[in-house]
Amino acid sequence: MSYIPHTDVERQQMLSAIGVTTIEDLFDAVPSRYRFPRLNMPPAMSEMEAAQELQALADANEHAADYALFRGAGAYHHYIPAAVNHILLRGEFYTAYTPYQPEMSQGTLQAIFEYQSMLCALTGMDAANASHYDGATSLAEAVTVALEVSRRKRSKIILHPAIHPQYREVVRTYHQGSDLQFVGDTGKSPEKMTAADLIKLIDDQTAMVAVQYPNFFGSIEDFSALVEATHSAGALIVFVVNPMALALFQTPGQLGADIVVGEGQPLGIPLSYGGPYLGFFAVREEYVRKIAGRIVGETIDHDGRRAFVMTLRPREQDIRRDKATSNICTNQGLMALAACVYLSMMGKNGLRRAAEIAYHRAHYAAKQISKVKGYKALTTKPFFNEFVVKCPKPVETINQALIQRGIIGGYDLGKDYPRLKDHMLVAVTEMNSKIEIDTFVDVLKDIGGV
Amino acid sequence: MTVPLIYDIGSPGRMGTTLPDVEVPETELPKELLRKDLDLPEVSELQAVRHFVNLSQLNHAIDTGFYPLGSCTMKYNPKINEDMARLAGYAHLHPLTDEVGSQGALALMVQLQEWLGELSGFQGVSIAPAAGAQGELAGILMIRAYHQSRNDKKRVKILVPDSAHGTNPATVTMAGLQAVELPSDKHGEVDLNALRSALDDTVAGMMITVPSTLGVFDSKIADVIRMVHEAGGLMYMDGANMNALLGIVKPGELGFDVMHYNLHKTFSTPHGGGGPGCGAVGANEKLMPFLPGPIAAITEAANEENDAPLYGLVMPKKSIGRMKAFQGNFGMHVRAYTYMRVYGGEGLREVSRHAVLNANYVRAKLRGVYPMPVDRICGHEFVMSGTVEGAEGIHALDISKRLMDYGIHPPTNYFPLIVHEALLIEPTETEDKATLDMFIDAMKRIAQEAKETPDLLHSAPHTMPVGRVDEVRAAKQLVLCCRPIPEPEGGD
Repeated sequence: MSYIPHTDVERQQMLSAIGVTTIEDLFDAVPSRYRFPRLNMPPAMSEMEAAQELQALADANEHAADYALFRGAGAYHHYIPAAVNHILLRGEFYTAYTPYQPEMSQGTLQAIFEYQSMLCALTGMDAANASHYDGATSLAEAVTVALEVSRRKRSKIILHPAIHPQYREVVRTYHQGSDLQFVGDTGKSPEKMTAADLIKLIDDQTAMVAVQYPNFFGSIEDFSALVEATHSAGALIVFVVNPMALALFQTPGQLGADIVVGEGQPLGIPLSYGGPYLGFFAVREEYVRKIAGRIVGETIDHDGRRAFVMTLRPREQDIRRDKATSNICTNQGLMALAACVYLSMMGKNGLRRAAEIAYHRAHYAAKQISKVKGYKALTTKPFFNEFVVKCPKPVETINQALIQRGIIGGYDLGKDYPRLKDHMLVAVTEMNSKIEIDTFVDVLKDIGGV
Repeated sequence: MTVPLIYDIGSPGRMGTTLPDVEVPETELPKELLRKDLDLPEVSELQAVRHFVNLSQLNHAIDTGFYPLGSCTMKYNPKINEDMARLAGYAHLHPLTDEVGSQGALALMVQLQEWLGELSGFQGVSIAPAAGAQGELAGILMIRAYHQSRNDKKRVKILVPDSAHGTNPATVTMAGLQAVELPSDKHGEVDLNALRSALDDTVAGMMITVPSTLGVFDSKIADVIRMVHEAGGLMYMDGANMNALLGIVKPGELGFDVMHYNLHKTFSTPHGGGGPGCGAVGANEKLMPFLPGPIAAITEAANEENDAPLYGLVMPKKSIGRMKAFQGNFGMHVRAYTYMRVYGGEGLREVSRHAVLNANYVRAKLRGVYPMPVDRICGHEFVMSGTVEGAEGIHALDISKRLMDYGIHPPTNYFPLIVHEALLIEPTETEDKATLDMFIDAMKRIAQEAKETPDLLHSAPHTMPVGRVDEVRAAKQLVLCCRPIPEPEGGD
């Protein structure tokens, strides 16, 4: 029976030790009316048949191992060194539980500590937690920290409209039970809002201002005046960041961020149709006791040896219960390990080099696309590896032509920003070769203009 | 044994990977926007591999030994699950792939939702939540949204038994409602008198774990559900203990309105050293329209032209919204699907039957060795007190730490809170009798040691990479990354 090891003899021995005759006898407390219901489910399948069925379903998908992928919009196809997967497949890591018993979990604890250290280096912040579910929920948790810092006296949250649309949805889902006011992204032409427009919204009720860097459209905006205005008003400024961009560009720490959150998926985690991913969360030191989620700290054991342990535990739900600021009781442990191994393998020079390759290829792609009649890459602001292309036809039509030539095209921005109909968000990484980029451009030429 | 930090084993200029040429004409980098330094390790591939393999060996894990951790369901994680999640068609599928290009993934999600619904007796299932706690938040937000949609805004209280997981009251607060703690009776069950006096028209609902966190099936559960419903409240089932219920009873048929599942407990997706989890949420017809989205669904039925239906992603009509970006922890959906496919419906029933058999066997064998506050047939887990008659000063913690020396992970300790010196033991169905006997034997020996050589317990563990760690120091002298953070001024 699959993974149940019992023999008939053992079952009988166990039942007599318990003092019952059959396994059914163990369920007498369940109301008999509802006990042992019929299950309308298929019968058992051999491992071989199950694998064949799952392979067939997998083959029905259009994925980045078969197609050249130019879609990002929050999830990016980067190369993952082979060793990362081999480490993740160590049963000692992936079949372990939360390291509540530090003496039996030093491997997981030290790996998280190293992950936290690397995230601090990457973001330029003082402390990072052991992660949240994804970039979107990290942002939702940042709102809670900002409210706590304001001692729940402020209730206005300003969201830059060029933050990932789904992140802004998640923030609202999380906080629908409170009387917060979310502003900044609600106007008629959100895509036109700038940092300067947001400054006008800041007042003494503002607890937090959040921006994305590079923003959802790929641009790197100048937030210096906004950061200053936010701090003058006594509010927190939160940066949502793409960690790969931080291999090249100034850290949010340098730019004045109080909290840095983001999606860690680019750091060695496969696309996997949206999850599991890695929500990272880093803060300035004065806020570390206000944040949710697990945190690993260094300490010593009773013999004075260095040891690691989950710390600041009284913040958490299992101890503080209804006074906890979040109910989170997992982190993305294995995904944090993936990022930790990835960042170790890529290292100081490799990560920067991968980011540079992505940068150069993205800029080449933007230039080549703009040469095609009817298409224009909107790149007046600096960008990293993602940019908006104004198209002469519906994005859907273009993507249908691209898929015929083995290319998954960019993201249709009209889905989230009605005024950006016929605008495509294109992402380029080190995985997109020159040949792929040139083919992409050729297909655009073939499709032609209006 | 300690392993040096990865930062301490590198050398400047070393790199653990290789990268392609730029291939295209280079574009000048905007110098004024660039960072100066990037303080990451500089190690070779072998150094990195050896470092992390050495770290892994400091862990206890299901793959290395018995893990009877109550309420966590540390069952075997089949290897085929990992292989399936890594198939290129899943692992390299972009989350924003057009629906027509993700039919395989969507078909899998629809099937998984249906199976979860069938096992629980619910009409609607969303597998969007990222973890159990997120499933809880979704469920309570759904209850809140339901009352709001009826303009019944005075319902702000959620009743939570004092035996509940900490996530329950924390979830209620997070959802903007008030948690009201209900005392348990002396059997650890809901005190019906206390329930009766707590019920009024300000109660939005009640959260309860089945079987209870003490591991027993509450004999009054049908009465509890009826009373809450009569008062206009809704019933939420915490599905943490679902491993006792597969094919045994369907929560939806019992009368629950909404529940969450932990795919990482019941359906064998790995715990990963603390995550990722995956928390589906199921609901009856009343609450279905409020489920979090997006949900995979058939958007066009199969017809004469197309023998396969068209699958898509939809938002339920009155959805509480998105819980995370994209459509859930899909990699976990693949693993859970694989698991359920291999077992089939009747196999899953055997899972719960044997989980309950194993727990009762261990319970029967340890009766008389340790105090059992709830001395009756249990579900998939049972609670006992970590105390030994004739051995004063021995605590659940000492027994837990000493178990490590026998190569066994301690049970959950000090939970549920209503049991003195609680040790919550959940063997799971995948352990064989010999392993259970080994555990039983270790527990008996420790009880003996507690009386004869108590210091052996107080100073345990003796065989682990580190001894008992100084948690107070960790919290006082915060060292959270390579450079220390000073203590804040004033108290916290």
